This record gives sequence, C-alpha cells and structure tokens, in this order.
Amino acid sequence: MALVLKQPSVLPGFGLTLGFALFYFSLIVLIPLSGLFVKTTTLTWEQFWHTVSEPRALASYQLTFGASFLGALINGFFGSVVAWVLVRYRFPGRSIVDALVDLPFALPTAVAGITLTAIYSSNGWIGRYLEPLGLKVAFTPLGVLVALTFIGLPFVVRTVQPVLQDLDMEVEEAATTLGANRWQTFRAVIVPELWPALLTGMAMAFARSVGEYGSVIFIAGNMPLKSEITPLLIMTKLEQYDYAGATALGVVMLVVSFVLALMINLIQWWSSRRHTAR
Amino acid sequence: MSTEIAARVKNEEWKASLTSERALVRWALIIAALGYLTLFLFIPLAAVFTEALKNGLESYFASFQDPDALAAIRLTVLAASLAVPLNLTFGVAAAWAIAKFEFVGKQILITLIDIPLAVSPVISGLIYVLLFGAQGWVGPWLAEHDIKIIFALPGIVLATTFVTVPFIARELIPLMQSQGREEEEAALTLGASGWQAFTRVTLPNIKWSLLYGVILSNARAMGEFGAVSVVSGHIRGLTNTLPLHVEILYNEYNAVGAFAVASLLTLLAIVTLIAKTMIERKTASSRSAHDPAWSTQPGSPS
Repeated sequence: MALVLKQPSVLPGFGLTLGFALFYFSLIVLIPLSGLFVKTTTLTWEQFWHTVSEPRALASYQLTFGASFLGALINGFFGSVVAWVLVRYRFPGRSIVDALVDLPFALPTAVAGITLTAIYSSNGWIGRYLEPLGLKVAFTPLGVLVALTFIGLPFVVRTVQPVLQDLDMEVEEAATTLGANRWQTFRAVIVPELWPALLTGMAMAFARSVGEYGSVIFIAGNMPLKSEITPLLIMTKLEQYDYAGATALGVVMLVVSFVLALMINLIQWWSSRRHTAR
Repeated sequence: MSTEIAARVKNEEWKASLTSERALVRWALIIAALGYLTLFLFIPLAAVFTEALKNGLESYFASFQDPDALAAIRLTVLAASLAVPLNLTFGVAAAWAIAKFEFVGKQILITLIDIPLAVSPVISGLIYVLLFGAQGWVGPWLAEHDIKIIFALPGIVLATTFVTVPFIARELIPLMQSQGREEEEAALTLGASGWQAFTRVTLPNIKWSLLYGVILSNARAMGEFGAVSVVSGHIRGLTNTLPLHVEILYNEYNAVGAFAVASLLTLLAIVTLIAKTMIERKTASSRSAHDPAWSTQPGSPS
C-alpha cells in the first residue's frame, strides 16, 4: 500500500514552493542550528559539565530564570488587568493605548535598554524617587527584572484579549440571574475561560525573557555572579574566543527554549481540545 | 411605540447591569492598567525624545551629521533591504505550500517556522560564528579564498535574516488557510495559469497582511541588536548598524547622541504600530475571525 504523502490538487506550484521553503529554511535556520549541537560533540562530557555548572554559570541561570519568572508573573497579573480594561471599558484614548501595548515588540531592544537605564538610574525620572527609599534599580538584579517585565508586557495582553472579546456575555448574564454576585461570576465563569490563554501568554513572556539580551545588558550592571544574565555570559566567552564554552552554554539555553516552545504548544493543544470537546 | 422603545432600552440597561462592575471597581481597574502602562510604556517613550532633545534641536540634528552615524544608517538600510525580500519570498512560498495543499508533516513545518522566535538572539549570532568564523567549519576555507562573512556585511545580513524569517510567513499562513483554495481553483477552471491565479486572485486577497508582514519584519530587521552584535565585530563606520551605534555612543557617555539615534529607531517602531492599527482596521471587516496578534501562534485558540 502506497503511503499518501500529499493529497491531489488542481493547484500548481506545490513542489516549487515547498521545495524552496524547505531549502531556504534549512540553509538559514536548521543547518546553522544543528551546527551548534555538532560543535558540542567536540567537547568531552567533563568539559561540557564543567562549563555549564561552574558557579558563574549557575548564578547566571538563577538570575535569568528567576527574573524571567517574576516578570512573567507581574505581566500575568497586570497584563490580564490591561486586557480586561481594554475589552470591557470605554475611556478616552483607549485605541491609542491598545496600539501602544505592542511597543515592546516593535522597539529595538537596545533603545529599550538605554531608555530604561536612563529612567531608573539614580538621577532618572523614576530612579530619583526610588533612591531615597533605599531602592536601587539600575545596575542591580532589580534592573534585570524591570527590563524583562518591559519585554514581556505585550504577550499576556495579546493572548488574553481575544479570548475576552469572544466570551459570551450571556453566560455571565445567566450567572448573575442565578444569584451569583459579580466576584463569583468572575471567579467561576470568566477565570476558567481565561486560564489557557493566560498561561500561554505567561509562558511566551517567560520564553522571550530567558533569551533576552539587548534591553538587559544596559541596565543590569553585568557583575559576574550578581547581575550577569546567561546570554551575556555566552557573549563574554565569545569575546574571549572560548567558542567551546559559549557553545556549551548555548546548547543549554537552546534546549530550555525548545522545552518551553513545546510546553506552549501543549497548552494550546490542550485548550483547543477542551474547546472543541464542548 | 415609544413605550416599547423605552422598555427595550430599560431591558438593555438591566442586561448591562448584570455584567458590569461597580463604578469604584471599574475605575480602580482602569487606573491600575493605565498606571502600569505609564510606568513601563508611556514614560520610556517620552524619555527617548526628552533625552534626545535635552541640548536643543541643533545638537539633536548634529548627531546625524556624524559620518559614523550616516554609515550606520546606510548599513542598516542595506541589510534590511536584503533580508526582507529574502524572507518575503520564503514567506509567500511557505504560505502557498502550507495553506493550499494537504501533505504529511505540515503541522511540524508550521511549528518549525517559529524556531527563530524561540532562540536567544545571542545564539542566533553564535551559530553563524561557529560556521563561518576563523575557527568555524568553513572558516579556514573562507580565509583561503579571502571571503569575509563574519565581522562583515554577509554575516550581518545572515543574522538579520535568521531573526526575521518567521514574520511574513506567520502573517500569511493563518489568513491563507482561512481563505481556502476555492477561488484559485475557480480561476484555473476559467483558464488562468497558476501564476495568473496567484497574482490576480491570491495576491489581492492577502495584500494587507503581506504589507504588514513586510513592515514588521523591516522594523525587526533594522532594530536587531543581539544577533548582529555577535557577528558584527563593531568596526566603526564599517560594520555598525544603528542599534550598535546607539550602544557605542551610550558607552562613550554621549547620551544625547545615543538617544538621538535611538529616537530614529523609536519613530520606526511608532510607524510600525500605526501601520499595524490601520491595516487591522482595514481588514477587520473581512477577517474578523483572524487573530492578528503577533504573539499568538498560528492555530492558537482565540
């Protein structure tokens, strides 16, 4: 029995377009990426393990993943509030605010980096009010958190917003007529609908933050063991021509990124199955 | 008649009261949302231009007279003008194959296209250094034939292309999937060639998404920092793009110069957001079901 690889169609161009797409994607993305894994095979296991588990690397994971996680949590909460306000309420300037939410996607990361540093440094617009309170943001791990929160801002808003928009108001009306107060309706009717989107948005914000470089390096201060993120450590190793070390750390980051991407896909698969099941 | 309308209005008001919060809660939420956005969006946006114009318009414009700045602008435009058409060709080809045909492994291909978005920009640059760098796989061969890729234009174009590969494809794929293939099939039945069906039927249907994909990937191409930073070598006036020039000026404590160049890139971002909003409005009626958010992946629940 012949395996059907492609269903017949009268439209032309399948071989040409798919062939070109695969060729191009392999050349630009797949082959160079697999080169990273091939390069690690030139390291012995001891060398690899030594590089990825030295104290400086461990400290950088802790900062990178910790700040990314906190940033995702902050954006999970405030992103939902922003999505809710944008969908449910009308106020002057709403459409401008809605458009501006995407700014962190469109703004080059270097611009975000120097701007946040200027604002949060001790004589900056916000930093000067935090300094007397004993809060130093720029050039500390707190600065990393600020940059990663900025970078992750649009994700939760943009995943929760369409779900809120499509939410059937009649279900909420029914809940209220059945005697639920607004808070109960929110918790028992709205939140369960939002969960998958919220989780997806937070996972995306986290995944993006873990690899972020440009916006962080200006505000972080980049002190080894204290405020050095993993992508910067890779960069430092590259500048010292330690290609093996950079590759080892790069593989760790890449595996983490793939696991996160897989998780995001699983969440989406799970929620779309839940939706079609009804 | 009027009592009927009054009754209907009253009914609507009653319905609205079922699904709305108390005014106090409403205002608290609006203030929380706007406060958060002010802290993380509005203040940074205002700060870019304030810092750039700190010493007046004259020194603002003087920042663009610097030959290194002009070289950076030229290089940035050149790199984007090579990377964007490459990815445009890829995006259209991939979307045509994925949206108009059924084949094995299609879902895997759709997932794979998003890989560059998941990879840290530093790694996007690193992989090309490992391939083409002095100690890379083909590095010695390149050196023998006097071809420079890393620390030169080809490396910058490659890194920029890698980072922006998915943008046009992921704009087109969900849209073209939702449009199906009936219209193209009809065109073929009526005697059009495949190319005619594409240019006269498909292209008009996807033009706004295509345009937005191009604008977005251009903005990302011109603004890419991490990946380009790895492969560029930071040679002033030669391999410095605009974002790298911002970094150099900033590290030299030339804040006004750095923010002046940064304001240029910020304007590009604002133009991109305006284009996004306008194109969304244009297409809202024809594809209200399509989710235009950049962050959600094709086939995501919405």
